[in-house]
Order: sequence, then C-alpha cells, then structure tokens
Amino acid sequence: MSISIVNVSKSYNKVNALKNISFDVKPGELFGLIGPDGAGKTTLFRILTTLLVANEGVVKVAGFDVVTDYKNIRKCVGYMPGKFSLYQDLTVEENLMFFATIFGTTIEENYDLIKEIYIQIAPFKDRRAGKLSGGMKQKLALCCALIHKPKVLFLDEPTTGVDPVSRKEFWEMLKRLQDKNITILVSTPYMDEAALCDRIALIQDGNILEVDTPKAIVKHYTKQIYNVSANNMYQLINYLKEYPFSHSVYPFGEFVHYTDTRTNFNSNELKTYLRSKDLSNLKIDKTIATIEDTFMELAK
Amino acid sequence: MMNNTKVIQVEGLTKLFGDFVAVNKISFEVEKGEIFGFLGANGAGKTTAIKMLIGISKPNEGKALVAGFDVFTQAEEIKNNIGYMSQKFALYDDLTVKENITFFGGIYGLSKKIIKEKTTSLIEDLELQKVTNSLVGSLPLGWKQKLSFSVALIHNPKIVFLDEPTGGVDPITRRQFWELIYKAASKGTTVFVTTHYMDEAEYCDRVSIMVNGKIEALNTPKKLKEHFNVENMNDVFLKLARG
Repeated sequence: MSISIVNVSKSYNKVNALKNISFDVKPGELFGLIGPDGAGKTTLFRILTTLLVANEGVVKVAGFDVVTDYKNIRKCVGYMPGKFSLYQDLTVEENLMFFATIFGTTIEENYDLIKEIYIQIAPFKDRRAGKLSGGMKQKLALCCALIHKPKVLFLDEPTTGVDPVSRKEFWEMLKRLQDKNITILVSTPYMDEAALCDRIALIQDGNILEVDTPKAIVKHYTKQIYNVSANNMYQLINYLKEYPFSHSVYPFGEFVHYTDTRTNFNSNELKTYLRSKDLSNLKIDKTIATIEDTFMELAK
Repeated sequence: MMNNTKVIQVEGLTKLFGDFVAVNKISFEVEKGEIFGFLGANGAGKTTAIKMLIGISKPNEGKALVAGFDVFTQAEEIKNNIGYMSQKFALYDDLTVKENITFFGGIYGLSKKIIKEKTTSLIEDLELQKVTNSLVGSLPLGWKQKLSFSVALIHNPKIVFLDEPTGGVDPITRRQFWELIYKAASKGTTVFVTTHYMDEAEYCDRVSIMVNGKIEALNTPKKLKEHFNVENMNDVFLKLARG
C-alpha cells in the first residue's frame, strides 16, 4: 500500500477532528478525499505528511511509519497545502530552485515531470510569487511539490475557489501525473470531481462515510430519485417539503431531486398533489443518483 | 430616468489598471427581485465589476445606477441601500452570533428596538438558538455563511451582492443557503451572485458570463443551454470561458 491508515483519531481540545478512521491507497492510485470545509481533510493531510501526530492509530506512507520513520517520508512525498505556502518574496524560479535544493536535486534533473505545468508559468519566472494570480500560484505550488519526483503526492483542496475551466485543466494534469506512477491523494469539496478519481472516501465531521470507486458508491444509493421541475422553483421546493411522504428534497441544477418515504410510491400521486398548487410546466421523471446525492443521504 | 423595475442599470462600464482593461464596456440591467448570476473564470473581471457596483471603486468610463443611485456621485447612498457578503469578508470571528448581529445593525443605523426584533427573528429563522452566545469563529463554515447572508439583509437592502458565498460549503448547507436566496428574492430583494458551482448557475433567473473583461453571454440558463446546444451550464461555461 502507498498509504495505509488504521484506526486514526485526532482531537484538538474538545473537538474530535478525526474519529477512528481507516482506509488504504494503492500504489499509482488517484484517490479522492471528498468532503466539505471542516470535515477533517486537512488534519488528515497533516498527519500523513508528518506535520501532526495522531492521538491514536497507525499510519504508513510509502511503507514508512509516520511517527518513527518521518524523515524518510519527508524525502519521498510532495505536499501542496490548501493555503498558498511558498515564499511570496522569492520569484517563481527562485521558489522552484529553493525546493529542488532542499531535496538535494536540481530543476534540470526532474524537469520532465514538471515541464508541461512549468511552461505555463515560465513567462513569469522573474515575478515574485506573491504577485501571481491564483491560477499561476497553484501551478507553481504544484511544480514545487513535484520537483523531487515524489512517490506520493498530497494535494489539499487544489481547486477550491477555482473556476470550472481551470479545474478541468487541473484534473487533466493530475491524470497525466498518475501515468508517471505517482500516487495521488487529493481532497476537494466539489462532488463532480469525485467522478474523476479511481476511488474516493467521503468524509464529514471526522468520519469516513464510505470508501469505494465512484461508480460503486453511487450504486449504494438505494432510493429512486425523481427529477421534478416547475415554473417556480422556490414554491416547488416548499410544496415538496410540505408533502407528507417526502424523504428528501434538494435543488439540483434545473431540477429538484425528490425521494419518497414509501416503497410503493407512484409519481402520479405526487403529480396530482402538485397540480393542486399554483404551479405550471410541471414535470416528474425518474433519474439516477449522483455522488452528491449519495453524500447528502449519508450525511443527513 | 430610473425605471422602477430595474434596480441595476449598467452601460459601457469600464475599469482600467494602467494599460490593463479589467472591465471592458459592460452593459446589462437587473430587475427587481431577480436572481442574477454573474459568472466568469478567475481573473475575468467579476470582482472588479462588483467593486464598482457597490461603490468602492470608481469606474473609468460608462454609467451605472445601482438602487437608483449613480456609482460616480452617490457611492454612500448605494452602500446604504445594498447588502454585501463574500467568503472572505463575512463576520467578526471574535464576536458572538448576537454581538455580530447587533454590531451590523448598529453600523446600518437601526434602532435598538429594531435590532432586538431582528436578532430574535433571525436567530429563529436560522435555528441558531443554541449558539446565540457562541463566538462566530467556532461555527461551521456553512452556518457562518447563512448567518452572514442574513446579516447582509438586516437593513432590508434593495439588492444583495454575494461573491462566491458557497465556496467549500457542504452540499446540504449549500442548498439551504440557496433556499435563503430564493426566499429573499421572493420578497422582492434583488440577488446578484457569483459562483463556481455550475449547478447553482441553473438556480439563477438570468446568468451573465464574463470573459476577459467583457460580458460574452447573458440570458436565462435555459436559453443559454439551447443557444450553445448543450445539456447543462457547466458545458456552457466550458464553451465560453476561455474566449
């Protein structure tokens, strides 16, 4: 295993940030840690990168124990924290050179690995890191995390606050890194990104809700979901919530995802109920669960 | 002439930083009670445009009336008639829930009596009774954002500007947040919102997409999808946003 996490707990004063969590990441896997702000993702990253010691549990990264063998881990992992942590007063090139030197390598030695990303920021190589745009900072941070050719790469919310186009490009980049045999653990609050991972762990309030492939996780959702739409979304949501048999009502893009508490639910009954309200253009159709539906059902 | 149903009227609005054209002659109108999505890639000029609309940055060219007031000459009146929240600037972490509400009520010049009433109703609406006297810094992000939104509405503004209000918020709370938006809009408050979640773009009445300082598309989500012949707003965005 590239990463092995067994019964890990961590608390800060009274807050239990991680509650007895366990999962493995296989070599070469692109593994997603999916959960909202405050779920415990960053705490776990800090434990895995030997920056924080867990209260309980055993953690191994690249075969080394995070407590007894932390020095070996630091040599062979790359870490891109959620918060921009490079030297703002150094230029792009100086930052990269600094990280290469620290790890006893040179930019030239591993240039192949970062080339594709670096050429995008190379025109700004003499600019101070603090003066870069968000997207460029993110690319530089990734280069710095890769320059020593790590076996395992940790990316803590690399796409938070990033627009959909840049997010797509970033994930294409990750896929290509994976092809170079780097194991990647990446966290994100965007559920649509989960589908791009080999396997994912859903995390909320310090608990792992589920670990599996994105396709399998979606199959664990047992209820039939209905796409409901009408001319007035807000009224529709309110009426659906008032419906005595509603199990869940969540706006989902142009539709509302509705599930019913009854096993013998007939959507015509719901239609009749909604028709009695002041709504028009009413539509009810069956749909399939997404990872976000699954997450909400588990987190409910 | 101010049209009564148009609460934002923008024409040829431009902002330069040196040689760089951050906002390039944008024009649009927003109706009373509308949920208006203001989308664009990072660096497209959204924040610069919002800063001009809320009266904290002077445009170089163009015209803009916000809540009936001119951004060039009536910035203070604009500030009194709008609400604003972003993920970055929200509430004071070192004040309690109640203290934050009182503080912002005071800033907007509400009377003690009204602040008291507002505090009670707001805490009830958001079900924050248990944490009334907790420091805001100790609350989960989603709760903070819901509270922050309600505080931005405390002085009954005509328009509320929301700059990426749901970034990083969990999926359930994100939806509760949108229900607050719907509720405010149904009461006639205009909502001007930016987001990187494309499912949220679908919740807007109309959406504009900014590319390199210009508004490249503006319509209802349905019409935009038809126009670009795609299934969802994510694909509309991907087709447009890189110019």
